[in-house]
Amino acid sequence: MNAGATGREVVLRVYRGDANGGEEVAYTVPVETGMVVLDAIHWIQAHRAPDLAVRWNCKAAKCGSCSAEVNGKPALMCKSRLDHFPEGQPITVRPMKTFPIVRDLVTDVKWNYEINKRIAPFQPRANAEWRWQQSDIDRVQEFRKCIECFLCQDVCHVLRSHELKHQFAGPRFLVRIAGLEMHPIDGADRVPFLKDTAGIGLCNITKCCTEVCPEGITITDNAIIPLKERVVDRYYDPVQRVWRAITGAKDGT
Amino acid sequence: MEKFEAHEHDVIVIGAGGAGLRAAIEASAMGCSVGLVCKSLLGKAHTVMAEGGIAAALAHVDPQDGWQTHFQDTMKGGSFLNHWRMAQIHAQEAPDRVRELEQCGALFDRTPDGRILQRAFGGHTWKRLAHVGDRTGLEMIRTLQDRGVHQGLDVYMECTITRLFTDGGRIAGALAYWRETGRFVVFRCKAVVIVTGGVGKAYRVTSNSWEYTGDGQALAYDVGAELIDMEFLQFHPTGMVWPPGVMGLLVTEGVRGEGGILRNAQGERFMWKYLPEARRHEYAADEAEARRWLDAVVEGRQTDARRPPELSTRDNVARAIYTEVKEGRGTPHGGASLDISYMPAERVKKKLPSMYHQFMELADVDITQTPMEVGPTTHYMMGGIRVDPDTGAATVPGLFAAGEASAGLHGANRLGGNSLSDLVVFGRRAGAGAASYARALAATPHIADDAIEAETRDVLAPFERTSGESPYGVHQALQECMDTFVGIFRVAGDLERALGTLETLKQRARDVRIEGSRMYNPGWHLARDLRNMLTVSEAITRAALLRTESRGAHSRLDHPGLDPALGRVNMCVTKDGEAMKVAPTPLPEMPAELKALFDAGAAGTAAAPAAAAPATAAAGKAS
Ligand SMILES: Cc1cc2nc3c(=O)[nH]c(=O)nc-3n(C[C@H](O)[C@H](O)[C@H](O)COP(=O)(O)OP(=O)(O)OC[C@H]3O[C@@H](n4cnc5c(N)ncnc54)[C@H](O)[C@@H]3O)c2cc1C
Ligand code: SF4
Ligand code: SF4
Ligand code: FES
Repeated sequence: MNAGATGREVVLRVYRGDANGGEEVAYTVPVETGMVVLDAIHWIQAHRAPDLAVRWNCKAAKCGSCSAEVNGKPALMCKSRLDHFPEGQPITVRPMKTFPIVRDLVTDVKWNYEINKRIAPFQPRANAEWRWQQSDIDRVQEFRKCIECFLCQDVCHVLRSHELKHQFAGPRFLVRIAGLEMHPIDGADRVPFLKDTAGIGLCNITKCCTEVCPEGITITDNAIIPLKERVVDRYYDPVQRVWRAITGAKDGT
Repeated sequence: MEKFEAHEHDVIVIGAGGAGLRAAIEASAMGCSVGLVCKSLLGKAHTVMAEGGIAAALAHVDPQDGWQTHFQDTMKGGSFLNHWRMAQIHAQEAPDRVRELEQCGALFDRTPDGRILQRAFGGHTWKRLAHVGDRTGLEMIRTLQDRGVHQGLDVYMECTITRLFTDGGRIAGALAYWRETGRFVVFRCKAVVIVTGGVGKAYRVTSNSWEYTGDGQALAYDVGAELIDMEFLQFHPTGMVWPPGVMGLLVTEGVRGEGGILRNAQGERFMWKYLPEARRHEYAADEAEARRWLDAVVEGRQTDARRPPELSTRDNVARAIYTEVKEGRGTPHGGASLDISYMPAERVKKKLPSMYHQFMELADVDITQTPMEVGPTTHYMMGGIRVDPDTGAATVPGLFAAGEASAGLHGANRLGGNSLSDLVVFGRRAGAGAASYARALAATPHIADDAIEAETRDVLAPFERTSGESPYGVHQALQECMDTFVGIFRVAGDLERALGTLETLKQRARDVRIEGSRMYNPGWHLARDLRNMLTVSEAITRAALLRTESRGAHSRLDHPGLDPALGRVNMCVTKDGEAMKVAPTPLPEMPAELKALFDAGAAGTAAAPAAAAPATAAAGKAS
């Protein structure tokens, strides 16, 4: 029928259901060259199940909308190539587990937006010079690559298995705080927030978040560990505390 | 009647891209209560996908730049069909808007002396695009989003507006449904700002997402607003053509800026054949000169060599590729070959990181080793809601618009980078316009209950039907129709045929049937979006039929030349009863002092460009 047809078929086992329960439903999909899981989901919508719920926007790994668990692994569906999975075996597609299900592959991610609101915004220091070198911002630009796919939130055991959403902001928002804290002329103090509200102490550096990040942000090493150091300096290091009282310096600088 | 959730605000902003966020922030800062409504999650609007940069004459890299040159470039790029006042405001205010983003926390790439870095792009005389690698849109939307939520905007996300209501000709509110539950919401307000973006989903091959269904243009049209310039749809010359799943995905203009060479299947570097005679002198005469230009770009030094022919304007490159393929000189999958593999692999990866990954991961093509296959893709709508340049007011009282949904700034063709700047310049102005209007209005207008009821019945009708087809089939037929008959090259016969097809599709769309529940049901959402796509498709086709000339992005095979008389009018689309009316309306006359900028004597800034511009020109890495 079309130029990309391969004559092959693949079975997708897609989770269908809502808060009241559901099950995996198998769909057989004709495979085109280069097809990704999101293409297969769209094929199912157009030919088998017009009401299959899914989020997507860019289809180019830029918007972070199409997060799901493909064969048990948190991933962007628009980046998951069918031919990277073992041939002849079904591919399961399920919604992210850490967030409450809305329907099918769509989950309720509003909690993330609530956390974000509580983070103190960028606050330039009075009289700061608006000039800085590229090397001063390379690190912060890494954090600002985040596309808010929330896959790191999905995989982090503190949120996923221990359900500590009320105590822990999750890797995504530690990355965001790092981006603000390391802005060359930001002057806000987020250290008490990090310790008491964001619960940074709950992270035990398993690095699972870094492994799933589609933007390749080194979440644990570059964002979380330096922030942990700021908290330690502030609360547990008397020398730093005295130094700060004398100089007014920001933590870790 | 179902009990409705209802909210009252002074201003409702429909759309949370760059334009919507900036408008909402402004209206809220002026003391209005603002509701910000968007179809997707916050932060996922199209703006997030913009790569190349935001155009503003900051003059950090090329000190010769100034608003006058930016103004001239924009007018020339738009074949002088732009609203001069919009082009002027845009060029004058863009630098402040960029600095303001920085003050809100955006981190642009830096010059060696620590200021905002700028890169060159097609049609811009000087290096003008402030950028963040190849993710400028993400930086912009995140900055505005974080600013907005701390300002106390009420955000309604995954909430789709289906109709605007008026009271005695004034805007009174809107109806929406929550995507998650399918429940209706009534918004009562004094003013509405439409910032819903473009229309690309009416076409099959497009760089646009599912959201681009022309909702804003159709909502405005339905309450009597004027749409202009709808025939001007930008086809970006380089979209992916293979594999099928990624067809249309954007390949940034930065590839050509970095030295990307276009060839046909016979290996011929064809762009020289397609340079317009009037501008041929701006481009390299041969391979050797093009290479000298590129070497200077790489080494970051100045040169007198002129830029390669691949850096011609978007409309021209798109037509060239299309023609090569049509005449049988296309690559295996029906495109042209775009080759950057002769450059050092490390440089390609550093300058074009996301393109490298995009081709590697989605097409199994290593662009440092093999050429890419590219072809034109539907990208940007120059036309849209007619607005007052200073306030963003549409022609219906209480209605405002900005961003891609509005028209006027870009004329017949948009320059790369001029959209992101458009969003913040005119988003801010439309927000202020709406706020001033709302404050001057004593009471919120009234929405008649039966209007609400009629609309909800209409939206739910597809669930009631016991027979009828799925909306996906109708959508596919629409895309085929627009791709085939209302594409890059147009002729009267094709356009008339398209109008016939659109009539039957309208009927089919009215009869679609939806199964399942109202909870997050994409088929149902599409049924509604289809109506809007059909409205804008008809507007594009009718306006294209009436413009019997070729100008900017609009090319008529049966009228290949420019018609000076048509250069003085916009095609204006309005609703006349149930029928669509299209008629020419006069273009506002440019004042003498601005006209003088284009006179030969003052051409120092305007005409100097290509030859004299330092060679780092177009050294960018984006779209
Ligand atoms: C791949 C790509 C790269 C680009 N690169 C550049 C670049 O480098 N430089 C540049 O200047 N331009 C670029 N552009 C163009 C530019 O990105 C867009 O024109 C611009 O972002 C549009 O912004 P906007 O605010 O008008 O709308 P958008 O950002 O598209 O936002 C539209 C909003 O409206 C909402 N909406 C739509 N309909 C409804 C409805 N019915 N109810 C409720 N909400 C609704 C959507 O949910 C969304 O929030 C690029 C475009 C693409 C596709
Ligand atoms: S490193 Fe920390 S934040 Fe990341 S997944 Fe592990 S516990 Fe969670
Ligand atoms: S940090 Fe990475 S994984 Fe986490 S939300 Fe951002 S992009 Fe996604
Ligand atoms: S659709 Fe945007 S990241 Fe997948």
